[in-house]
Parts: sequence; structure tokens; C-alpha cells
Amino acid sequence: MTDLKKRSLLQAAALSAIAATALVACGKKEEPAPAAAPTAAAPASAPAAPKPEPLKIAFAYIGPVGDGGWTFAHDNGRKAVEKEFGDKVVTSFVENVPESADAERVIRDMASQGNKLIFGTTFGYMESMIKVAGDHKDVKFEHATGYKTADNLRTYDSRTYEGAYMAGVIAGKMTKTNTLGVVGSVPIPEVVRNINSFTLGAQSVNPKIKTKVVWVGKWFDPPNETAAATSLINGGADVLMQNTDSSAVLQTAEKMGKRAFGWDSDMTSYGPKAHLGSAVINWGPYYVKATRDALEGTWKGNEQSWWGVKEGAIDMVSIAEDVPEETKKKIEEVKAGLKDGSFVIWKGPLKDNAGKEVLAKDAVADDKFLGGINFYVQGVEGKVPGGDKK
Amino acid sequence: MESYALLLAATLNAGTVLALAALGLLINEKAGIVNLGAEGMMLCAALAAFAAVVHSGSDTLGFLAGVGAAALLAAIFGVLVIWLNTNQYATGLALSLFGAGFSAFAGIGYVQEKLPERLHFTIPFLGDIPLLGPALFRQHPMVYLAIGLVAWLVWFLYRSRAGLVLRSVGESPESAHALGYPVRLIRLAAVVAGGALCGLAGAYLILVYTPLWVEGMVAGRGWIALALTTFATWRPARVLLGAYLFGGVTMLQFHLQGAGVDVATQFLTMLPYLATIVVLALISRNPTWIRVNMPASLGKPFHPGS
Repeated sequence: MTDLKKRSLLQAAALSAIAATALVACGKKEEPAPAAAPTAAAPASAPAAPKPEPLKIAFAYIGPVGDGGWTFAHDNGRKAVEKEFGDKVVTSFVENVPESADAERVIRDMASQGNKLIFGTTFGYMESMIKVAGDHKDVKFEHATGYKTADNLRTYDSRTYEGAYMAGVIAGKMTKTNTLGVVGSVPIPEVVRNINSFTLGAQSVNPKIKTKVVWVGKWFDPPNETAAATSLINGGADVLMQNTDSSAVLQTAEKMGKRAFGWDSDMTSYGPKAHLGSAVINWGPYYVKATRDALEGTWKGNEQSWWGVKEGAIDMVSIAEDVPEETKKKIEEVKAGLKDGSFVIWKGPLKDNAGKEVLAKDAVADDKFLGGINFYVQGVEGKVPGGDKK
Repeated sequence: MESYALLLAATLNAGTVLALAALGLLINEKAGIVNLGAEGMMLCAALAAFAAVVHSGSDTLGFLAGVGAAALLAAIFGVLVIWLNTNQYATGLALSLFGAGFSAFAGIGYVQEKLPERLHFTIPFLGDIPLLGPALFRQHPMVYLAIGLVAWLVWFLYRSRAGLVLRSVGESPESAHALGYPVRLIRLAAVVAGGALCGLAGAYLILVYTPLWVEGMVAGRGWIALALTTFATWRPARVLLGAYLFGGVTMLQFHLQGAGVDVATQFLTMLPYLATIVVLALISRNPTWIRVNMPASLGKPFHPGS
């Protein structure tokens, strides 16, 4: 064997070793969490009782289950389904599915492996799900935060702005500078709506509120989220909220002696001194309902759900001890009002921050209005990036 | 006025991460090796540093663990590309992907962990100067180390014999080999040193800048560091300038948003990249400069005796 041949052999061996290690690492990551394992293994060992086949359910996640935010909350929803239905269902998930052609491959794979109910948990899977749903008419598809539906595809979302409003009520009470700060991710209506709702909540207890916004331009960039939070605090904000996926803003507030909120999941542990409360999304109730629909044959496509406090999908949890009792009581009132429909957040008269009336007196915003918000309400400083098309 | 001092402080802080990594990559490239694995090495280093501090409570151990983890990865990369002659670009990319995946996998247990209370540094007397004191003299020692490193690197590369050998290995490995220098070992040493500095950057990022572990928390800074070495035409002082410039303009755009300046945020987000490229391109206008400074055998494999 010549020297060169030997070398290329070695080279190939080395490269494949790296590849193998990488694959092992990835493969391990995609295994269900240990908590899910017993249920997943159950059908194999189940005796041949006259039990119906369990419903196979699959979840596609954009991030890792351990992100402590968005995907973590979805996986708690999946666990709620297992808890509710026991051995009537078998659930599985794939983490870190990028919003690219890979999403279609993963979802198609889920459908062809016999999953009858498939949840896609990020906006970017929309086109992939439409395509796969067209090819698998016998499978039911559920897409989070999208707007396209089909006969076997429906969408679901959460009214995160209700959590933002409750955070605002607390922030308005706790601020000493009357200046709040929000670290924004990507300037889409959902995020702008949350910034506005946060401000409206704060103004409901403190009319002097000003809100400053700094956009990071990404859902996830902890170092820049830190920098954005720092610049807000330097600019006089003493209570921060974020619409980004990590806990960096809360941790920055902790470090700089200011206050902040958790978002999507309970983030108390990331900044125990700074934490004022967490606006959480609880996907469990919807996932349980969707599964029940599928099990009982009442599942219908072409539907869109948008759940909030009323359905138990949004909550404000772990409110800090030093928040005054009256504020905590006010939060309970808001929750009760949202539940029975006696209270609405988006009600006129309401002006944008240029002074233009956007909702007339006593007018209540419908979902279409809420879905297209691209202005700041009075009290928020600056302009929505790209929102001003006058 | 005070807010400018704060901006300056944030700039030094943000620039240091990039400077440390980019200087490491500069040493690599001066020896003729391109390591695209910076992002992966920084992620693994950040995780190692974080884990070490969580378990031991010692910052020193944290920095050592970060440096060690990245140096180890760099050594593996070095053996692959220097002795087995795998393609530098492909191997570097593989290292980046591996580092990102591996750190995410190994870091699952650290997602909710917190670091113990951080130390606050201040240089006595100087730190008490109004405005500038807090900005310039209350930084983490690593900030000053990065500046010192540039001075040392300039001396090392252009004034010392060892630096001359290192550069000759990057310019013409055949000649260096003919003169009897152990080209491969020198290249490996440069790769490991470069990796160690990337590790220092990763450790600094997680221990000082953003003290939390989440998957992918380096968020592209390894790639920016790689680009900086090229834009800076492989000159250490310019690498430092580019790092501060990039860090500074990034901070400036948040600062402007916080101050309510009415500019499209998309434009502001683009600004750091644009400003860095423009400034470094302007000072490198002379094309011979680039040719003179770019290591002639950069990215090319070297087989002694073939």
C-alpha cells in the first residue's frame, strides 16, 4: 500500500469517526425524555387484550425541550396529554426541527410512521404541513400560530397578550421611574400587540407610564438580549419585559438590581430577586382537547383556535412577594374578568402614539384587528419598525 | 454624558469576546491553517466554563476549563488537517457543527443552572474617576488582557524569531521544512493556541457577558471573529480595532433604540456589519497590503517529502 493510499484511508476513517460521534450525539437528542419512556414502551408489553389501538401522536419542535421557554412549554403540553389519556395514546417528539425543507421531511416521516395526530409547534412549518396534509388525508394535523388550514389541518394559538397585560399591571405598580422597557424580538403583530398590551396594563394602574422598546431582530440571541436589556436600564427603565425566547433579560435585570418578568415558562429560578412574575403559556388544555376530539371522532379541520386565560392557556404565575396585595387582587380580577368575558383588554377609546384614534369609544377589537396590529399605543416611544406605511 | 461612558463600557465588554477569538484565529491563519470551527469551539468552551464554575465556584477553574475544552477540540482538528490532510474547510465546518450539537446535548442539564454571585472588579483609584472610571477601569481583567495580547502578538509576530518561524510556516511551509523546522508541529501548536484563545472568548462570554447557558448562546460570534481576521488583513491591531468597532456599533444601535432615535431597526441591525466592513476595507485599500499580509499557503495542505 502506498503512503498516499494509507493516508486517504486514515483520513476517511477519521472523518467517519467524527461523523459517527456527531450522529450519536444527534440521535440521542431525539430520544424522548426519560419521563416519556414508560408510556412509549407500554404498547409493546401490553397483553393482547381487546383494547383499541392507542392513538399515535407526534410533536415537531423548533427548539430543544430544555430551552426553558417556548419548546419547554409545548413539551409540558405533551406530558399533559399523556397524563390525561394514559395508554389510550402514544406520544413522541422530534426536537430542533429547523423551519426549512427538513420540517417537511420530519413531518412526512411522522405521518408515514402511523401517527394519526401531528402537532407542528412553530409558524415556519406552515407550508410543510399544508403539503404533507394534502398527501395524508387520514392524518389530522394541528399547526401552532399559523393561518392556513385544510380539511385535515387546523391551527391553534395563544393569547400571549393577556399575559403581557397582567405583567403590565404589576410593572405599572412596581416601577419607580415610570419608565418600562421591552426587549422585542421580531417586529410582527404578535410582538407589537404584546408590547402594547403590557403598556395598557401598566397604564391601567399608573397613567404616567412610558414604555421604551429595543428590538434585537431575532427570537434567540442571549448576548444581544443582554445588551438590549442593559441599554434599556441605562435609559431609565426599571421594570423590563421581553418577547424573546431566553431568560437573558431577566438575568440582566437581576445583575443590575432592576425587575423583570418570565415569559412563556416560569423563569423564577433564573433571577429570583428580579423576578416579578411569569406570563406563561399552558398548551396542555388545548392539546388535551385536540386529542379528545381525535379520540372521540369530533375532530374537524378548517378551524382556528386562539385560546387565552378563559381556556386556561395563559396565566400569570409566581408573582413576587413584594408585589402589594391590592395589585395581586387586581390580577385576580383581570383573570376572572377575562374568564367570564366581563373584561376586555382591547377596548376603545384608544389612540396610537401619533394621536390617531384606532378604536372608537366602547368599540371592542375583534381578532382580525388584533392580528394586524402594527402601531404603538400612546405611551410607547418610537415607531414600529416597518409598521408605518402612511 | 454618563450614557456615553456606559456605551464605552459596553463596547469594551462586547469587543473583548470578538477580539480574543479573532486573535486566536489570526495565530492559526498566520501558520497557514483556516479553522472554521470557531463557533463550535466557543460553544463547547462556554459550556465547559459554565459547568466548571457551577460545580466548583471558581472562576479561574471556569476559564481553565473553557480554554482546555477548546484547545482539545483544536488539537483534534489539528491532527486531522495537518497529519491526515483532511480538507481544512470541511473539517472546520464539521467541527463547528459537532461543537454546536455536542454542547447542546451535553448542556441539557445546565439549562436552568445559575452561576454563583459574580465578582465586581475595580482598579483602585482609577476606578473612582468620574464617568470614565467606571467605563474604563471597572472591567473584567480579561478586557485588559485582550489589549495586552495584541501588543504581545505584534511583538511576537514581527519582532521575535519564533514569530518569524511561525509566519514562514504559513508563507512557505516547504522552505521552512527545508530549513529543518518541524512544520507540522509548529502548525499544530498554532492551531492549539488559536483554539485556546477561542476557548477564552467562549468562557468570557458565558462567565462575564451573558451568564447563562442555553443552546447556541454564542449566536454567530465565532463566524464574526473569522470574518474579522480577513477584513483586518491579518494585522493584530486591526483585528482589535475591528472587534471594538463591531462591538461598539452593535451596542450603539441598542443605545440609539433605547434613546428613542427614529431610525429603522433593520438598518441599525445591519450597521455593525456594514461599519466594520467599510472601515476595515478603507484602511486596507492598498491591495498589496492584503497580498503582503495574507499567509501565502493559507488553507493549503502541506506534505513533507511529497
